[in-house]
Amino acid sequence: MRLENISGLYESSARERISLILDAATFQEILPPFKRISSPHLKTLGMPIAFDDGIVIGVGLFEGKKVFCAAQEPGFMGGSVGEVHGAKLTGLLERAAIEKPAAVILILDTGGVRLHEANAGLIAISEIQRALFKARSMGVVVIALSAGSNGVYGGIGIVARCCDYVLITEQGRLSVSGPEVIESQKGVEEFDARDKALVWRTMGGKHRYLQNEAQAYTKDSIKNIRATIAAYFGKPVPLSLEELLRQHKSLGQRLEKFSDCADALDIWTKMGIQNPDQIPSLDDESFITIANRVRDHD
Amino acid sequence: MTNVNSACEQLFPLGFNLVTSGEMIYGEAKTSKGVVALLGTINSAPIGVDLAFALAGKVLEIIQNYPQRPIIILVDTQGQNLSRRDELLGNAGYLAHLSMCFELARMRGHTLISIVYKEAVSGGYLALGMIADRSFALDSAQIRVMALSAMSRIMQISLERLEELCASSPIFGPGASNYVALGALDAVLANDLSSPIEQALSQSEQLDQRAKLGLERGGRKLAFEVINLVINAHV
Amino acid sequence: METFEFKFGPWSKQSKLSNKKPIIVGVVGSGNLEVLVEEVDLNGGTKFYLETSIDGFEKTWQAVLADFAEQERFANTIITINDGGATPAVVQLRLAQAAQQWKETP
Repeated sequence: MRLENISGLYESSARERISLILDAATFQEILPPFKRISSPHLKTLGMPIAFDDGIVIGVGLFEGKKVFCAAQEPGFMGGSVGEVHGAKLTGLLERAAIEKPAAVILILDTGGVRLHEANAGLIAISEIQRALFKARSMGVVVIALSAGSNGVYGGIGIVARCCDYVLITEQGRLSVSGPEVIESQKGVEEFDARDKALVWRTMGGKHRYLQNEAQAYTKDSIKNIRATIAAYFGKPVPLSLEELLRQHKSLGQRLEKFSDCADALDIWTKMGIQNPDQIPSLDDESFITIANRVRDHD
Repeated sequence: MTNVNSACEQLFPLGFNLVTSGEMIYGEAKTSKGVVALLGTINSAPIGVDLAFALAGKVLEIIQNYPQRPIIILVDTQGQNLSRRDELLGNAGYLAHLSMCFELARMRGHTLISIVYKEAVSGGYLALGMIADRSFALDSAQIRVMALSAMSRIMQISLERLEELCASSPIFGPGASNYVALGALDAVLANDLSSPIEQALSQSEQLDQRAKLGLERGGRKLAFEVINLVINAHV
Repeated sequence: METFEFKFGPWSKQSKLSNKKPIIVGVVGSGNLEVLVEEVDLNGGTKFYLETSIDGFEKTWQAVLADFAEQERFANTIITINDGGATPAVVQLRLAQAAQQWKETP
């Protein structure tokens, strides 16, 4: 792979993303492919396996500090979580609770539970969540990044919002239910999954940043992403009553203000944005300027 | 047909009271270990931003007003609300917030026990139930990721083949016993519903034992091993 | 799913093992494949182990991999492929990437 040709994360593989985000040549993979720790369930279904079960985990340096990093491979089974994939991430977070690295960086790109492993995938996500809370309770800052091609969906969408911070790019998405699932269960009137503009207005990076589902928004460039991640080092969000009461108040206000809004455009209007219909076409810098004027800061 | 009241009559023979607020229920029950808080959902509730927020509010109330009181989560949900509005408003954030409120309760000494008395699905169950220290289900309960027919369509594997696999593996099918085999449930409750709960109340468990149980019971043979390999890897 | 094993060489009976670290290229997905290259004592030959989700192409794989083995002559090398139905062009690309990286690996 020729890393100098890659300017952002959107189209890169999990391995490329880690190489780009961490300090050059510092990543040491845990359970690398030659260990062949892969899915027994896919074999039963006669489907191809990947030797890393679609997630790369390990230790490296970020601006000289020790970090743990995980990246989901969007190209394998939609980045979805199966028994082994999930256990790798759970193990990494449990290890973080013990070793207390400067941060854990989760480069997420997934549809959620791997249906081919159904129940095992759902339980795995719950175990990831518990391990995440353990790491956070030890003061380790966990940063979730949504910059990828599949988005961050399903139970992992919930997990992402359980991290200290969510960083998102324009192309990133963050949600629990995907557009196709909503459409197939509730009909195209409820959600037209083929309406890309609707998908991005509802679940995409710009909207999530504006409403503070994501705490940071960056241009999809390695320099910008690294700078944004660096800003959160040393700033774990406490899992305390005070903090949760504060978040509860904030989430309550969101409901009070925007509960009857039919579309993101209505929300953006209510937030005080002059030309909400232009938001999707704004370049990153212009968008960030406008957003920072109107959004609630933490 | 189980409803929450008939379930509670068997779960809490020493008495209970429940208040209904929309699709949320809350209240208290008497047990031999003292009073416990009850919190949960009814009518196969889809959990969207409003319900998640209301549930979280109740957890915070319990934390503030009843230090260390055990919380019994009564689960009946069809999962996260599949709606444009709830995604627009950021359901991931509300469900995460609910999870974090439960986690805070656990950290502050509230034992968390969940009981699926009817249905539990996917993201709804993740935030309301799977977060517990110990989880149970009635033997008639249905716990699943997705309806088998929908899975069949998305996976492009015939329904017949999936049903075949359900018979030989706990990975696919919706039965509570599958979740026991996989390590996610302590036990299925049948006949005597209250004793297992009384026992769980006196044996609080702060660590996540599910991967270990999954291995012991044979439903998940790799998860526990992989977690430990990662923790112990030399890097 | 089909599984194949192919052996080629040996290219040189004198080659010593050099403790090369394994490398991996590619991603298993529809139309894609991953190639894992490892050093193993094979008395100087190259071995391929392949799992593919598309049945019926044994002869094609044999020919492609034989060409590759002959061209590169990697001694004591096992190349394991997980294939999700890659086209010949993608197969060639990944093999070429793998060869390049393997040569660059100390």
